[in-house]
Amino acid sequence: MACSGLQSKFQELDQYIDNLSISDKGSALIPVLHRAQTIFGYLPQDVQAHIADRLDVSTAKVYGVVSFYTFFTMEPRGRFNISVCLGTACFVGGAEAVLKEFEKELKIKSGETTSDFKFSITPVRCVGACSLAPIVMINDKVYPRVKTSEVAHILAEYDEM
Amino acid sequence: MERILSFDQLKKQYEAVKHQTDLRLLTLNQAPSFIQLPEPYKRDLSVRHLMVCADTGCAASHSLGIADLLEKTIEKYGLQDKVKVIKTGCFGLCSQGPIVVVHPERVMYTQLKVEHVEEIVQNHLRDGHYVEHLLLGAREGNPTTNYDQVDFFRKQTRIATRNCGLINPASLEEYISQKGYLALGKCLTELTPDGVVDVVKKSGLRGRGGAGFPTGMKWGFTAVEKEPQKYVCCNADEGDPGAFMDRSVLEGDPHSVLEAMAIAGYAIGADTGFIYIRAEYPSAIRRLLSSIEQAKEAGLLGNNIMGTGFNFNIELRLGAGAFVCGEETALIASVEGNRGEPRNKPPYPAAKGIYGKPTVINNVETLANICPIILNGSDWFRSIGTEKSPGTKVFALAGKVNNVGLIEVPMGTTLREIIYEIGGGIVNDKQLKAVQTGGPSGGCIPARYLDTPIDYESLQVIGTMMGSGGMIVLDETTCMVNIAKFYLEFTVDESCGKCTPCRFGNRYMLDIMNKITHGQGTREDLDKLSQLGETIKEASLCGLGQSSPNPVLSTIRYFRDEYLAHIDDKRCPAGVCTSLLQYEIVPELCIGCTICAKNCPVQCISGAVRQVHYIDQAACIKCGLCFSKCPKKAIIRK
Repeated sequence: MACSGLQSKFQELDQYIDNLSISDKGSALIPVLHRAQTIFGYLPQDVQAHIADRLDVSTAKVYGVVSFYTFFTMEPRGRFNISVCLGTACFVGGAEAVLKEFEKELKIKSGETTSDFKFSITPVRCVGACSLAPIVMINDKVYPRVKTSEVAHILAEYDEM
Repeated sequence: MERILSFDQLKKQYEAVKHQTDLRLLTLNQAPSFIQLPEPYKRDLSVRHLMVCADTGCAASHSLGIADLLEKTIEKYGLQDKVKVIKTGCFGLCSQGPIVVVHPERVMYTQLKVEHVEEIVQNHLRDGHYVEHLLLGAREGNPTTNYDQVDFFRKQTRIATRNCGLINPASLEEYISQKGYLALGKCLTELTPDGVVDVVKKSGLRGRGGAGFPTGMKWGFTAVEKEPQKYVCCNADEGDPGAFMDRSVLEGDPHSVLEAMAIAGYAIGADTGFIYIRAEYPSAIRRLLSSIEQAKEAGLLGNNIMGTGFNFNIELRLGAGAFVCGEETALIASVEGNRGEPRNKPPYPAAKGIYGKPTVINNVETLANICPIILNGSDWFRSIGTEKSPGTKVFALAGKVNNVGLIEVPMGTTLREIIYEIGGGIVNDKQLKAVQTGGPSGGCIPARYLDTPIDYESLQVIGTMMGSGGMIVLDETTCMVNIAKFYLEFTVDESCGKCTPCRFGNRYMLDIMNKITHGQGTREDLDKLSQLGETIKEASLCGLGQSSPNPVLSTIRYFRDEYLAHIDDKRCPAGVCTSLLQYEIVPELCIGCTICAKNCPVQCISGAVRQVHYIDQAACIKCGLCFSKCPKKAIIRK
């Protein structure tokens, strides 16, 4: 089952590449990586090699691009990605302490994933909602004006999930 | 909307829809009588428009749910023929969100929750009584019934953000009702490409992304290139933390940017445009994609625009989280699918840009100024702002200021007007310490320069820069050494690593800053920081490195005493740098309740019940728990 699931993911990616309107395939690399990460959740070595093959560029180039941009990850992430905004307004509003509280509660460092792949913590640079500082996003859900004392409470929302 | 085949047809379309949004434009001067409470309305209120802010900021506080519920409740009360709910862009007063404005009364309701919806529909929309406790200013004991009269709005001049909060950005028709695509039509039918460049040159418009290079000159350089294939690129990689005007314009008025790109294309002879946008802005991306489709279907983008034979297509390129890609040569590399590393200039993008072809790269806010300039003329634009910096600038006001949000003011406005009049002063009436502009490339302006009129040159003179317009207000509780370190950590993180001064120099500077904030700095370190900073500025390859030492250099220049307090006295005056903090128990106040000792995570507080307690400084991790738990406030932080 798992294998056929993986196969269909590769098929989905191939279909996307086949339908690209961008004539120069090399310059399609970043859009393709975005799509691949949406499909697979992360960009492991075999996915990178597959993309290199399909776009006719070297694997080294794909790896170079993947490792350059912070948006791309080569490690599987948790089901719930906790993005703590560390933009200036959030920083001035105490985002550092909020980040530390999440680290303490989940016993992982920022950038890491819990061993059950439930949570990841990713610091982000400004989501552009500075009036809500400090701001935390868990997947698409926004938590405005987060205080350290609320962190445990926020995580408790995900207990049953 | 049917396909538009000529400029005349567009003008007819405009005539047909121009009154659609009139209702929202009445100002106090035009209709003075019906605004005051509690006078009965003297105006035709048979149709009302309810503007709900759907910008990312308000949407994060559930404004979309409020909009849906408003529609349902309006229907419940049978008012659906009299009231229209419109999701619009940012009003700018983000700290008061979610915001709903009722037209034609021009009443603004703030900090709304779903439970307020029924009250507004029933009392205001059905019975005609304002819901006073939700009015702008009501929570501060100063409710106002006409939001234009509040300093925050009265002092602003909106050009780039003219349509944000006014139209439904998802509706091309509403954009056209505000003269949308008329500027493009005018260019294509009445002006030559050189003529367009000329208008922009004469307007004196300068790049709003940071450096302030004259936009008309940029267009001119690209226009004279002989290459048949050229490109227009919109830089929407708004990476400066604390700046969100580009996102708001793209979400609240996407067509104004698309139209301006097509105008640029006509002026320089390009048939393709790219928008390079951060992946962190998902709703702006969705909005752009649907707007491009809309404009294509209407014949306002794509092939044979308005039947003139001019072709212009726009594609999106997503960033992937690299600050350096805001630099134009790095952006070009990224659009081409490479690592976003900058290269030497010249050749400038005007000569060799995307795929080696001549390219104009303009920032979102710059482009948002183009259509009004074409329609109203360069003299009109020059009449706003200062001589060398005409027009307005959008600032993202954030930090310790009461009115956090997006503001647009004429160039030459002073910081005092921005912070104390528009911004409503400092939170909790604390003392203003400094204003940070220009993000990681800028510097901190001390409070004594409050009366400096803001333009590109004046900011440079005082050691900072306009940047993209982030404006972070810092009060007495901010440690200037720590904030400089914050920006430096940012640049160290975001340095692409291509050139040594930036890659290595900034890291070395950060090491020194860490030493200082940990109380291990020396006075020589300060000199080293200045020297290193100057060298990095001189020797770095791109704008990122050339400006990265600015936060440190400007704070050393203006807040040397704070650095010296960290170095000589091992003390952080603002009480922020934890390594330099000490928690002490005041013996006279301690009652020996043991609460502090029980809460201490490292058991470094000793003392018997009802005896004075003592903190072992060597073991203390400075978490501050005892400080917050002590019922007698017997623990002090120094």
